[in-house]
Formats: sequence, structure tokens, C-alpha cells
Amino acid sequence: MRSLQAHLPEFDARGVRLVAISVDPPEESADLRKKAGYTFTFLGDTKREVTRSYDLLHPRAGPGGSDIARPAEFYLDATGTVRWVNLTPSIAERATPEELLAAIDASLAEKK
Amino acid sequence: MKRRWPYSIWLGLAVVLAAPVLYLTVLVPNPATRAMPWPSLLLFAVGVALLLHGLLRAWRAPQVYRGKVVAAIALASGLAVTGFFCWGLFYAARQVPDSLGAPRVGQLAPDFTLPDQDGRPVSLAQLLASPHASNGAMLVFYRGGW
Repeated sequence: MRSLQAHLPEFDARGVRLVAISVDPPEESADLRKKAGYTFTFLGDTKREVTRSYDLLHPRAGPGGSDIARPAEFYLDATGTVRWVNLTPSIAERATPEELLAAIDASLAEKK
Repeated sequence: MKRRWPYSIWLGLAVVLAAPVLYLTVLVPNPATRAMPWPSLLLFAVGVALLLHGLLRAWRAPQVYRGKVVAAIALASGLAVTGFFCWGLFYAARQVPDSLGAPRVGQLAPDFTLPDQDGRPVSLAQLLASPHASNGAMLVFYRGGW
């Protein structure tokens, strides 16, 4: 998250909106944004419906055995079509902001 | 003559304990070192080597060094901490669902409406229509801020 915030201007420059999604309620995300200084949008899927519809539910992996989202990144073009997906095999391995930006650049180059 | 403690027992324990602390405080925030934390793995190796060194001293030169039992317990603890760390990183962290039903490249991402940080409902279509999304959106699903 911190490294994403540091690269936010580069997402803006590409016309790509950065959106973070978790099962955290809005109040918690508001706190996190304020404390850490994040300025991009956070969405709260407390009912797990979206996480489930994207098949990203990780059962009993959260605090107190709650169901949470597994880490995943999707680059959607302006029509909402998926152009790039990253489903990490390990929660210790996340896509870096550089990888996300490279995926966007590759997709935009392909479109031209 | 009073027998000494092999210093490598205490140093080894300190180094082994420093490894996970280094991982959590310095290496986790960086995606590259989070996945492959070489500095912590190196510290574990050095720490266990020191503990082994202490054990050998205590057992091979008991007339000079004390701590036969303490050194054995220290080495066992060091190995346990190292083992737990490696288990977590190389096994437990990899127990993520396959997510075979996740939207694939070329598919339309399912639309949704979710509350943002201020509790306002926002749909994916709205996000994609916003002025900052002329080239789409990057959806980052994460495990939560806990």
C-alpha cells in the first residue's frame, strides 16, 4: 500500500484509477487512509459478495478465522475488460508498483 | 578457575531473534524483500552457526566453558524459531486459494457496487467513468489492514 501511494502520480499520469478493495469496513479504511496518508480510493466488501464473485475469497485466513480476500490485482481498461491479472501463489509475494505500471504500459502499447 | 559461558550462545540467540524482527520491520514493506528475505535468512544461518559453535565449545571443552545444557536448549530454540519462520514463508504463506474462477484476461470484469472509505456507494462503472480513469482502473484486492 505504501509503495502504491508513492507511485500514485505514475498511475494518474497513465489515466489509470487505483482502487484498493478488502473486506474491511469503510471506517477502518478511513482510519488507515488518514494514518498512512493514502489518497486513492478504498472499497469495503464487508459482505464478501464481490470478493466471492471474483473468486478471491480466502476462507478462515483472517483474524479470528474470518474470511478475507486473497491478494490479487486486475488491470481493467476503460470498458471494464480485464487486460492483466496477477494471482500471487504466496501472500508473501505481491506485485510491485513497477510491475503494475509495466502491465499497464504493455497493455496500452498493445492497444496502439 | 571459574568456567566461562561461551559468548556465542547469547550472540547466537540475539541474532536468531533479530532475523524475524528485521523481516517484519524492514523487509515486509518492500515487496521484493518480502517475498525473498535474504537478509533475514542470512541472519538465521549466522545465528544457528553461532549457537552450534557455543554448543561445541561447551561440550568439547567443559573444563573451560560451562553451559552444556543451556547451549543445547539455545540451539534447539534457535532451530525452532528458524523452522517456524521458514514454514510460514515457504509453506503457510503459499496456502492461497487457486481462484480459478477469477475474471480472466479478455473477460469483462463483473460490475459491483461497494461503499468507499466515506461509506458512499461506488460502482465499478462509475469508477471507470471518472475523469482519472481514461485508461481504466487497477483493482488491488488485499487482505485488510489488521
